[in-house]
Amino acid sequence: MNPNPYLFIVIFIAVALAFPLIPLALAWVWRRFFQPPKPGAEKNAIYECGVESIGEAHIQFRSQYYLYAIIFLIFDVETVFLVPFAVAFTGLPVGAFIAILIFLFLLVEGLVWAWGKGCLQWAR
Amino acid sequence: MGEGQIDEALRTELQRQGVWVTSMQELYNWGRKNSIWPLQFGLACCAIEMIATAASRYDIARFGGEIFRPSPRQADLMIVAGTVTKKMAPQIVRLYNQMADPKYVISMGACAISGGPFKQGYNVLKGIDRYIPVDVYIPGCPPRPEALLHAFMELQRKIDEQKLTGADKAAHLDPEEPSEFPVPAFGKHDLEPPANPDVFQPPELKRV
Repeated sequence: MNPNPYLFIVIFIAVALAFPLIPLALAWVWRRFFQPPKPGAEKNAIYECGVESIGEAHIQFRSQYYLYAIIFLIFDVETVFLVPFAVAFTGLPVGAFIAILIFLFLLVEGLVWAWGKGCLQWAR
Repeated sequence: MGEGQIDEALRTELQRQGVWVTSMQELYNWGRKNSIWPLQFGLACCAIEMIATAASRYDIARFGGEIFRPSPRQADLMIVAGTVTKKMAPQIVRLYNQMADPKYVISMGACAISGGPFKQGYNVLKGIDRYIPVDVYIPGCPPRPEALLHAFMELQRKIDEQKLTGADKAAHLDPEEPSEFPVPAFGKHDLEPPANPDVFQPPELKRV
């Protein structure tokens, strides 16, 4: 008899599902038949280190931190792409070269923008 | 022989034959007492001793209590470690209320028991047991980690003896027993109410 090579994966998925589901089901049965739920206004309140929560959680954040995001993209994420590009440079077709130039152009635009905003000045 | 109990002689006889017999209550309490997750918060110098208890030298993990939870939703045990100021008391009661049943409280150190050396202070609560029920008290200023471990073992003993059924079953299994207590608020001069009458009655003074 030659079992299906995917049978192993089926067994794996079944065990992976049963492993968390059985304790959860046992906990549910226990709660249902033994432990009475005791909800309350305080108990169900939002947890904020014991302090009463004030206001809504849906607040708007200031967008002034976008400049940090731009600089991070230019000086960190761009390098991750540039290093493999530089290593494989001689073997690249023209299409890939143009694609990376477009990518560079988009980020250089951001650099010019950030420079113009004075982000590259040392704060004194 | 009461419910949930096994004849000891029969049990040892069976154990000799390689059969392990237990009851639902023992299994339940065994699981609970060996995985008490404390709430991660400290109030004063007792908290330093509590941290030492959790660290490698004293290692509360040997008793299953190393998982300090930063949320009351996941905690079983509140270790009131330090001086409870009147500013902090409402927060502590609220945190206790937000813990899920079953929940236990260790009152650690002289301050949490009675106010300790700061008892005469205008802003010090004279014992956290005025507002929430305390299971184990540890004296000391501050108590050494060994004392906290002892309190932990006492609590384990207490959990082990809790009943699943019957009239004297554990409080968290009784739907009538409250799970949360009134949170004190700041009044004109003091916290109001000054104590929770359900858990605390001031001792009667008798002049002789």
